[in-house]
Amino acid sequence: MNTNTLVECKNLTKAFGGKRALDEVNLQVGRGKVVGLLGPNGSGKTTLIKILNGLIMPSYGEVFVDGSRPGPYTKSVISYLPDKTYFADWMKVKDIFDLFEDFYKDFNREKAEDMCAALGINPKDRIKSMSKGTKEKVQLILVMSREAQLYLLDEPIAGVDPAARDYILSTIINNYNEEGTVLISTHLISDIERVLDEVIFLRNGQIIRHESVDGIKEKEGKSIDDVFKDTFKLVPYMGYGYENEAKKGECSSDR
Amino acid sequence: MEWNLDDSRSIWPQLREQIMRAIVAGEYKPGDAFPTVRDLAQDAGVNRNTMQRAMAELEGDGLLITNRTSGRKVTDDQKLILKIKEELAQKNIENFIDEMQSLGYTAEEAVKMAERVTEKKGVNDK
Repeated sequence: MNTNTLVECKNLTKAFGGKRALDEVNLQVGRGKVVGLLGPNGSGKTTLIKILNGLIMPSYGEVFVDGSRPGPYTKSVISYLPDKTYFADWMKVKDIFDLFEDFYKDFNREKAEDMCAALGINPKDRIKSMSKGTKEKVQLILVMSREAQLYLLDEPIAGVDPAARDYILSTIINNYNEEGTVLISTHLISDIERVLDEVIFLRNGQIIRHESVDGIKEKEGKSIDDVFKDTFKLVPYMGYGYENEAKKGECSSDR
Repeated sequence: MEWNLDDSRSIWPQLREQIMRAIVAGEYKPGDAFPTVRDLAQDAGVNRNTMQRAMAELEGDGLLITNRTSGRKVTDDQKLILKIKEELAQKNIENFIDEMQSLGYTAEEAVKMAERVTEKKGVNDK
């Protein structure tokens, strides 16, 4: 079972009504890597993550995680950070630790307690009493306290301040299981590109690029952030009479 | 250690270069124990694979030695360290001359100017 491929998608497609959120995606991701899943809003990042997780079913196509289709086994090896917090308000941090201990064999409670202590979070604190940022940190601590094969992190740094971003990133890269792979979806690329081994660019549900970060930098001599901006450049509506941004640039440089 | 990384280039060669500089500058002494990949990756804010790659290259360069029992250490081959130090110095001088030539000075003029400036600065320097 322990082949080099951890995640495999074959012709993976998911349609919501007539719209294809994922369109014939073929993907292989290896082990021991930090991979960025990058794309603008609505490109299919969350849909892909939810399918890998077994939260939604593909319309057609196949997906394998560690050799198995999504199910109880894959859930036991995937540690998932959703894009919103899901804890009940009345719970204490301690209660959530109990829950994770019941659900996941690979949950390292001691590690989670140490990480909370380092942030000054008391296990008896109630979720209700926490700021949004603290809730997100607690959730990340839980996710990174598992010795998982695959960490699926959906927008872990969106909506937190820059100092908290640094905390979250260093928590991720210093705590994942070394044989496991971390898949991080985000559109805040400049903040995370330094920790990535590989990137996947998604556009309109299709993978338009899947390459090593070093490969891209050698080829293009640019940061991933710049490559992303070039790839997904949008032409703003300039008002009646303007054709587009690029044309406008040409005219002014002629003068 | 101070890290200065440029995102438009691959990260591991920059790590390698900066660790190399730290060793030749004596920040890590010959024969000293060297930090683990994990610690240095954390310090630089990069992932472990990237730091691992940089360290493997430095082992290839002979600057770091991995010993199965005692972990990783800085080489005690002082000649090698000196040789790499001189190579880095040479590169710096070449860069300086190139830069001055691009401003329109000849190599000779550049060296003379450098002498004049160091004379003035020498008083405060040491």
